[in-house]
Formats: sequence, structure tokens, C-alpha cells
Amino acid sequence: MGLMHKLKACALAGALMAPIAFSAPQAKAETPPNILVIATQIDDITSLDPQESFEFSGSDIANNVYQSLVSFDPSDLSKGYVPDIAESWEVSNDGKTFTFKIRPGLKFHSGNPVTAKDVEYSLRRAIGMAKTPSFILTQFGFTPENINETLKATDDSTFVLTTDKKYATSFVLNCLTATIAYISDSQVVKSHEADGDWGNGWLKTHSAGSGAYKLVNWKPNESYTLEANPDFWRGVPAMKRVIVRNIQESSTQRLLLEKGDVDIARNLSPEDIEGVSGNSDVAVDDDLRGRIMYFSMSQKNPELAKPKVREALKYLADYKGMANSFLKGQYTVHQAFLPLTYLGELKDNPYSLNVEKAKALLAEAGVKDLELEIIVRTEQERIEIAQSLQNTFAQAGIKVSITQGTGKQILGQYRSRKFDIYVGAWGPDYPDPHTNADTFASNPDNSDEAGLTGKLAWRVAWDIPEMTKATKAAVQEGDRDKRAQMYIDIQKEHQRTSPFAIMFQKIEQTGRRSNVKNFVTGSAITAAYYWTVAK
Amino acid sequence: MAESATLNNGRRGSSAPLLRRLKGLAGTLTSLLVTMIGLLFVTFIIGRVMPIDPVLAVVGERASPEYYQQVYEQMGLDQPILIQFIYFLGDVVQGNFGISTLTARPVSEDIARVFPATLELASIATLIGVFLGVPAGVLAAVHQGRWPDHVVRIFGLFGYSMPIFWIGLVGLLIFYGKLGWVGGPGRLDIFYVDVVPSVTGMILIDSLLAGDMTIFQNALHHIVLPASILGYYLMAYISRMTRSFMLEELSKEYVVTARVKGLSETAVIWRHALGNVLIPLITVIALSYANLLEGSVLTEIIFAWPGLGQYITNALLSADMNAVLGGTVVVGLIFVGLNMFSDLLYKVVDPRAR
Repeated sequence: MGLMHKLKACALAGALMAPIAFSAPQAKAETPPNILVIATQIDDITSLDPQESFEFSGSDIANNVYQSLVSFDPSDLSKGYVPDIAESWEVSNDGKTFTFKIRPGLKFHSGNPVTAKDVEYSLRRAIGMAKTPSFILTQFGFTPENINETLKATDDSTFVLTTDKKYATSFVLNCLTATIAYISDSQVVKSHEADGDWGNGWLKTHSAGSGAYKLVNWKPNESYTLEANPDFWRGVPAMKRVIVRNIQESSTQRLLLEKGDVDIARNLSPEDIEGVSGNSDVAVDDDLRGRIMYFSMSQKNPELAKPKVREALKYLADYKGMANSFLKGQYTVHQAFLPLTYLGELKDNPYSLNVEKAKALLAEAGVKDLELEIIVRTEQERIEIAQSLQNTFAQAGIKVSITQGTGKQILGQYRSRKFDIYVGAWGPDYPDPHTNADTFASNPDNSDEAGLTGKLAWRVAWDIPEMTKATKAAVQEGDRDKRAQMYIDIQKEHQRTSPFAIMFQKIEQTGRRSNVKNFVTGSAITAAYYWTVAK
Repeated sequence: MAESATLNNGRRGSSAPLLRRLKGLAGTLTSLLVTMIGLLFVTFIIGRVMPIDPVLAVVGERASPEYYQQVYEQMGLDQPILIQFIYFLGDVVQGNFGISTLTARPVSEDIARVFPATLELASIATLIGVFLGVPAGVLAAVHQGRWPDHVVRIFGLFGYSMPIFWIGLVGLLIFYGKLGWVGGPGRLDIFYVDVVPSVTGMILIDSLLAGDMTIFQNALHHIVLPASILGYYLMAYISRMTRSFMLEELSKEYVVTARVKGLSETAVIWRHALGNVLIPLITVIALSYANLLEGSVLTEIIFAWPGLGQYITNALLSADMNAVLGGTVVVGLIFVGLNMFSDLLYKVVDPRAR
């Protein structure tokens, strides 16, 4: 009887294992040498239309499927804009008219030639559709009413763009590198127009570009597949096919990477990065991205309006401590409002935790028993930063309470100027220094009625007529080097006097198989490049 | 006597059973309709009162007030809520759930894509759960208080109390990472994706239809681990339920009678007792199956399984109300449908219910 029981137990255990045993082991293969497989999160993509797309993953696709008048050189992003579809350009003496010569012989994936008419159509489309990112172009004065005059192809190879005022050439050209200004195949898109939608309904899920890859398919939340364009003017990409899989979980990404089932994993957590560090088949690359983490002090609070108090608080953040603990590998200490790698970047980090100095500054300002409230979104790393600040502020006798809330609540408070201290992040919208300068260092009207909620300087009620002027001058400076210097000067002043304590810049850590070379994630200024990859 | 009465009954009311059946059917359909409309209404209202702005989800944070207003009106949000609901119902009846803001495609198309993935996984998991859970439960009941009972209980308890997230990861690590016995996350190796034409959307079936055994094997390779893990959970639950149903059944007098009559132990347990337990068990299994068909979000995330659970969750978190409502209709239909199906099965296994 005992034997029978044992047999039954064995049978039961066997049955439980059967499903796994049933599927036989499989020979393990690396990905083929001319196919690139990437594990990342692509659930942010809501549209593939370049004149609408404004998400990170969508920009990655657009950057490989479309081309623009000017773009970047992935082998040296710090060079700034370089010719792409536009072979050359001229700027009129008044600085308002840009004449682009279109590179001859370029073809769209459909086989249609790339002409100035396509440029005209695509840019007019951006203004006409007025989707979220269109502000990047409308800031030059383009409106649906004037696009027939301001954005014009004079012949197949000449495109003329006229701005409403004089702007820095580099400002205009930097904005033309943004996804919103990517050029689509006007014949193809027009053939899919419906109810005056500029073909948006179709282009949301299809592609009509001339870039290194054409879109094979996009399965939302699942994957997208790209196929190399044999006519790409910079040369045929080494990777004939790129398959990007939506893998939400860092641990799952790591398993796939270590098994060799994917070549690149883009969302590994610090723990998993550390976990793969011992694996010689896997390498990790760091790249700086554009996101800035900061805290700001409302100038409506009379204590925080005192310059010495502002300075004191900047000495009361444990920058290194945070970067080396809970932000490890994810953020680096950076204290200027332009992300590193931007035109006019400032590398100085003058502040570090110095409680004695802060105490002295507070005493000089005559401030005692200060009590402050930090508002912060319910998001792990931001809360940890707020808690660290609470701790270090306390060392100088400042009592801090932390209020957490949803993005909507906290941003609502920030925008209506009802707060003491806000801890949060800012990401640049387009690859030109003006994107951050305009918000951190410009406030044309500090009154409550002005309601300039888009500008951080207004949100903190910081009245800065001089700096606003300087920012405006910088955006109009024609000379690129002079312009860069102007931003450096503005940032130095900003670093010293502003109610913004800029603390960190985002680092992206990418895990890759050691045999995968030249994957460029795009730094702070652009998106990922697949056509540079070799194995 | 009894026989003739039955015959008479049958003759007298030859149209009565048909009428009764029709009435029954009409009743079922009405309750189905009321349930579905009620479900839609509640979801619709929740969607409208949620502190998420569906317009903002479409236009983004930087849109101009004019553009916001334009989309607001396009989405019909300026209409009274009842009118909005009636419009919505009209669309749903035509199978039109609108466009998902998250995927830029018709919701119906999205559901047709994600639901087969869930259906395939849930069905296999349920098969595993039932084929292991029922015998294990019977075994535990028969050997109540002895070691097979303890083994089944401990094994079941382990399955029931471990977070699926953790079991999933550990399972992947061991069977995929270390041993290489099963395929990794996803429904297929990436190079097999889209090779066989999608007929049902269920790769196991589609590959068989196409006669492609390589793809079939590969799909099996990928589904076996997530299905086993979900099946394990189900097994833990089903075996506990089977055990308690069986214990109750085995204590009844007819079991004693059957044994006294000299019936073999196998016949007593497996035919008579289990036969009577089947009715409550079917409800348990049907509801568990329905739960799995709703999509198990965590398993789907760990195994990169593009199913219904992930779809609805993503939609919910991004205020993609069309997708949420579409998903709710599907889940509602599943529950109502499986309830009807288990009612039908009752009639098959229990003559009294006919």
C-alpha cells in the first residue's frame, strides 16, 4: 500500500512537471549578424506621425525613418546641426529669410523623389494640423493663415522659409532638427488625406519617409519592425532589420540580454545594471539625456525672496550624497539649466552640501526658525530627493514638511504660484538652448494676471527684466559661438542668483551585447540611431 | 402508471416545451441585455467622473485653448452625459468602440489583436489547472489527513501564497535563463513572428492550420511556462475546492450504500462521488477561467505577453476611455457568456436541471 502511495505521489509530481518537460530543450542562438533586436518600453507611442509624435519612443522611430532639412551627425553630436535633406542654405541679411537647396537624387521609400515641394507640404502640415509639438515651429510666427507665403517651395530644389522676426540662425536650424520638422512624402500622404486631416489618420500608424529604415509594422505595446532602406544616402545600414520589442520589466530585459535573445536592453534598473556588470558578454554604456532635476523657491514667500536665503538653500542640498545613493547611475550632478551637450552648456558645479556656510548665510539674512513646505509629485526618486532635502535643511534649523500629490495636483499648485518649494524635473522640448532659457531665465511680465504658466521663472514669481532681455538677445544672436557664450554668461548669473537650485541631469544606461557597436542613444539633443549599429 | 402519465404529458403539450424554451431564451437574452447595458453605463459614468481629462490625453499638455475646445466638442463632451451615453450605445451596437488614443487604431481592431493572446494563454492554463487540480483534490479528499493530503495542501498553499510576479521571474530565470528548457518572454521567438498568417490570432491554432510544426513547437515553447504558472495557481485553488466538495460527498449515505453493494473503490470515488461534485466544480472552473480571460496583468508584463489585461490597464492609466469601455464590454461578455455556458453544462451533467 505504501508503495502504491509513493507511485501515486510520483505520478502527481510527474504530471506537474509534464508541461515543462513536454517542450524539449532548444538550441540557443544569438541574434543573426544583420538583425538588431532591442528590448525597451514602447508603450508611450501614441502616433507615428512626425508632425504629431512627441514621445521618446516615437522620436526613436521617426529619427530612423524620416530625414529633415538639417540634422545631427551621430558620430559627433556636439558638432550641432549638419546638412541632411538640405545640402546648403543661405540666410538673408535681415536674418529672416532662409533659402535651402535640396540635396539632389534623394528618394522616399515609395520611390518618389524628395523635393522642395515635400518640405513645403510637411512644414505647412505641421502648422496646419496644430498638434502638440507645433509650438516648436509656430514660435517663428508661422500661422495657418500665412503658411502659403512663409513656407514656400520656389522650385523643386529650393525651399524658402521666412520668419516674422530676426532669430539666431542656430535657433531656427536647431528647431528644424526636431521631429516636428521631419519631411514626409507629400504624394503618399496626400493620397491618404480624409476630411481635411492632412493624412494624419493614416500617418499615425504608417510611415512615408526617406530615412535609413522603413517601417514594416507597429504593434502597439508589443513591437515594431524596421527594414533597411537600400537607397539611404548616407549608405546602406549594416543592420538589415531592426526589431524593437516592448519589454516592460527590467529583470525580463536583463534575462533576454544575458541569454543573447536581444542585442540591446534600454531600461535596466540600477540593480540589473550592477547584476550584468560581471558578465563579459554584456557591456553597459552611459549617455547623458536632457532631463534636469531641480528645486525652486517661490519668490512670493518673503523669506525665500532674500538672496542670501536662496543661496543658503543651494548649500543645503546633498548633491553628491544623492547622486551616489538612490540616484546612482541614473543621474549625475549638474547645476546649470542647460543640459550638458547643449549649445552653451556650463559645466561648473559650484554648490555642495555646506551646512556651516548655509547657517552663516541664514544668519546674515536675519532668518530664524524658518518653516517651509516642499511640494512634490508622488514619484519614487522625487520623493527621495524631497526627503533628503528635508533632512539636510533640518541640519541648518529649517523645518520642512513634505506634501505629495498627483502630477495634476502638484503642477496645479506650481502653476498657480501657491507653494514654497517645488521639487521636480524639466525636459527640453527641442534641441536648442532657448527651450530651457526661455522657461528658466525669462519672465516678461511677473504679474499674476499675466498667467505665463509655461515659464518656470513666472511660476516662481521671479522678476528679472535684465535676464529676460539677455535671453531675448541670445535667441537673436546670429553668430553661433557668440550665442553659446551668451548662454554661458546667463547661466552663471542664473546659478548665482536664481531661485532655482538645479541639481541633476539624467543619465541613460544601456545594456548591450559586447559584439554590438555604435548604438547611439542621441544624448540630450536627439533620439536613438539604429543605422550606425554594427555587429 | 408513471410511464403513461409522462406520455400523456408529452402528447398534450407538444408546443408547451418549445414555448417554455423560447420564453427561457428570451428571459436569458433580456437579462444579458440588461446586464450589459448596466455594465456599460456604470463604466461610462466612472470614465466621465474620473479625475483624468480625456481631452488632455488626446491634445497633450501644451495645446492651445482653442484646439482643446475643438477636440472637446469633437469628442461630444459638451453634450449632456445621457446623450453621450446614448450615442455611445449606438456605436457599440454597431461594433464601433471608437479609436483608441493610445494606439491610434480602432478599439475593435486592438481587441481582436490582444484578446486571442489572452484566450490562448488562459485556455491552456485552465486545462493544466483542471487536469492537475481535480485529481489532486480527489486524492487529498480520499486520503484526508494522511500524507497525500498534506502534500497537496502544502503544494497548493505554496502556489497560492507566492506572488505571481515572483514565481514568474524565478520560473523564467530557472527554466529559460539557466536550463533553456522553455522559450523566453513573448509569444514566439522574434524571428518567427508574423510567419504564419493570423486566422484566429491564437498562434498554436494558426500554426497548425498553416501546417507549420516549427512555429507550433516554438509557440508551445513560449506558452508553456506562463501557462504552467497560471495553471499552478488555478490548480491550487481547484484542488482545494475539489477536496472540500469531495469530502462532503464522500460522507453521504449513497457512498456507504455503494460500498456496501460491493462497488469498487475506483467506481465509488471517480464515477459516483466525483460525478456529483462536478456541478459546483463547473462553476468554480468557469469563474476561474473568466478571471484568467480578463487578462492577468502581472503575468503578461513579466512574460511580455501582449494580452487583454495589459491593454486595459494601459488604457486605464492613460485615460484612453474608448479602449477601457471596449475592454469592459469584452470582459462583461466573457463573464455573462461563461455563466450561460456553465448553466448549459449543468443541464448536461445534471438530469434534474434539464
